[in-house]
Amino acid sequence: MERSKLDLWVGLFVCAGIAALLILALKVGNMGSVGIGSDSYKLYANFDNVGGLKPRAPVKSAGVVVGRVARIAFDNERFNARVEMSIDNDFKFPKDTNASILTSGLLGEQYIGLDAGGDTANLANGDTIKLTQSAVVLEKLIGQFLYSKAAEGDNSKK
Amino acid sequence: MLNRSAFLNIRGLGHHTVDGVWRLGYALRFFGITVASSATAFRRFRLIVRELYFTGVLSLIIILVSGLFVGMVLGLQGYHTLQTYGSESALGVLVALSLVRELGPVVAALLFASRAGSAMTAEIGLMKATEQLAAMEMMAVDPIARVIAPRFWAGVISMPLLAALFSAMGIFGGYLVGVVLIGVDEGSFWSQMQAAVDVRQDVLNGVIKSFVFGVAVTWIALFEGYDAPPTAEGVSGATTRTVVTSSLAILGLDFLLTSFMFRGI
Amino acid sequence: MALPERAVAQENLIEISDLSFAYDRRPVLSGINMVIPRGKVVAILGVSGSGKTTLLRLIAGVVKPSRGEVKVGGVRVNELDAEGIYKLRRRMGMLFQFGALFTDLTVFDNVAFQMREHTALDDRMIRDLVLMKLHAVGLRGAQRLMPSELSGGMARRVALARAIALDPMLIMYDEPFTGLDPISLGVISNLIRKFNDALGATSIVVTHDVQEALELVDYVYYVSEGRIVAQGTPDEMRASADPLVRQFVYGEQDGPVPFQYPSREFARDLRLS
Repeated sequence: MERSKLDLWVGLFVCAGIAALLILALKVGNMGSVGIGSDSYKLYANFDNVGGLKPRAPVKSAGVVVGRVARIAFDNERFNARVEMSIDNDFKFPKDTNASILTSGLLGEQYIGLDAGGDTANLANGDTIKLTQSAVVLEKLIGQFLYSKAAEGDNSKK
Repeated sequence: MLNRSAFLNIRGLGHHTVDGVWRLGYALRFFGITVASSATAFRRFRLIVRELYFTGVLSLIIILVSGLFVGMVLGLQGYHTLQTYGSESALGVLVALSLVRELGPVVAALLFASRAGSAMTAEIGLMKATEQLAAMEMMAVDPIARVIAPRFWAGVISMPLLAALFSAMGIFGGYLVGVVLIGVDEGSFWSQMQAAVDVRQDVLNGVIKSFVFGVAVTWIALFEGYDAPPTAEGVSGATTRTVVTSSLAILGLDFLLTSFMFRGI
Repeated sequence: MALPERAVAQENLIEISDLSFAYDRRPVLSGINMVIPRGKVVAILGVSGSGKTTLLRLIAGVVKPSRGEVKVGGVRVNELDAEGIYKLRRRMGMLFQFGALFTDLTVFDNVAFQMREHTALDDRMIRDLVLMKLHAVGLRGAQRLMPSELSGGMARRVALARAIALDPMLIMYDEPFTGLDPISLGVISNLIRKFNDALGATSIVVTHDVQEALELVDYVYYVSEGRIVAQGTPDEMRASADPLVRQFVYGEQDGPVPFQYPSREFARDLRLS
């Protein structure tokens, strides 16, 4: 095996390997999209119930991913959940934005949906979103449904 | 009689354990000397390039073909299981995560150990048995710097590249079976995959794993060859030991690394 | 302690005094006293396992003696540091038992190995030198072959060319005659003598091929069970009355070195008595 042929094969091998790594990083992974990186700012929101929300869950507005959930912690003073979000620097939201925990599809994973309000001032790094809507808990929903059905039954009897 | 043989066995066990510990110490010293003598290998990079050919390039075929088959099987099995939950669109996620996090690094390392690792052990063992290493020492050339270190770094460099190639081929295999053959929706295959696979968490951890495996396998292979008794049975025994010890080390390290890396998920 | 640059030309290149060496508590050599004069070809004879190869390794500093000392060119080998030993070895050449050629290099690259590693000579110079060495052993035409394509005798000759690549002051031969056909035997023998004289070097030949050795060398040491039991010029050895020497020189089946491995009486083994 002459020197040049050997070098050629090794060069090809290393290139192929690096290409595979890049493919994995860019096309398979989510390096292209918003990550928990340095070009994002933090927003907080308190929820009575986060349901099945997990860290790294997407934060969407109008269905488009604008950030990720960074951390979920228990707020011991208010006895609710404090969610820390990393929002892409490109997207600013007004102070009266509404944050709700929604489910993608019927039984899919949960995410935070941001509904922009009309305020002229925007939320800054470290601000807390005041208007929040907690996750829908299935048991409470069923309980409500049964209760309302029972109430309806009472009403119709009267 | 039973008591006597039981006693002898315990003594034998103790002897083996002491032997094992002594050997481990020797192996660690060997590792240290190899790394310390690596200056020559990097100054004369051609030595490493040559070994890259024998460890990396010649392992390409088995890695690529195995990756393809593993990916295809993942696609098949994954589809059947996900289908019962109506979540076929998550096939891409299943294939990608399984490969990138676990199967890529681990299976590629196992294949590498049996192909390149055993070849290295046999080569070094034969060099020892035919006195080539002694001849080199007599010529005032340090065999560890000239023969062992380049092979070590070639193995360490090859491993992550081979694991990445394995994973990439596997994902392609999963795509072939899932999308092309079975008919899972192409768009959701890739988009859900992209959403679920995190570069830092999954891809990078996979690379770190394969790097650790590369160090372990190459070290074991070179040590077994260097320490092999200079006879035919000695070399063949060493080759077998390389494959067995490497495989156990890979699986054990995999568990350790996985429990560190994927804690909170 | 470095090897003195201008070594005083002593009569003896190597002086071994009261040398003992044990491997894992098993004594290999005991109380060896030996001198190797400059410019001479000296044979170390003995049966297999008598410690002859260990002597070579002690001279080269591969192993350290348990007792006693080895002096090469006036310098104690066991006191040299790693750097000193490497410097010493660059002035030694060694021919291993079956050649020990590097199997992944061509014949040319094998001979060129030391030149490339230890000198800064350019490629053309190295090429000329390698071809000269190969020509001296008669294998210039085989320069592109791989060691696996060589016969035993050819491999040994290439290894010889490699051993003298840097014109060493001491050449050591570990069983150079083993397994060779008569023609190759004659060739190697001639080359050993030719190189020794042409290079002004000193040679040590370790072997158990007595007849060949007696034809070739200037002095003989006979080692048995780790001790020197006889020494002298080849003529003296041939004329010796010592039964041990006679058995070795004339290849007698039985003598001081017994034919039968230690065992019980034959009759008892056959259950006759």
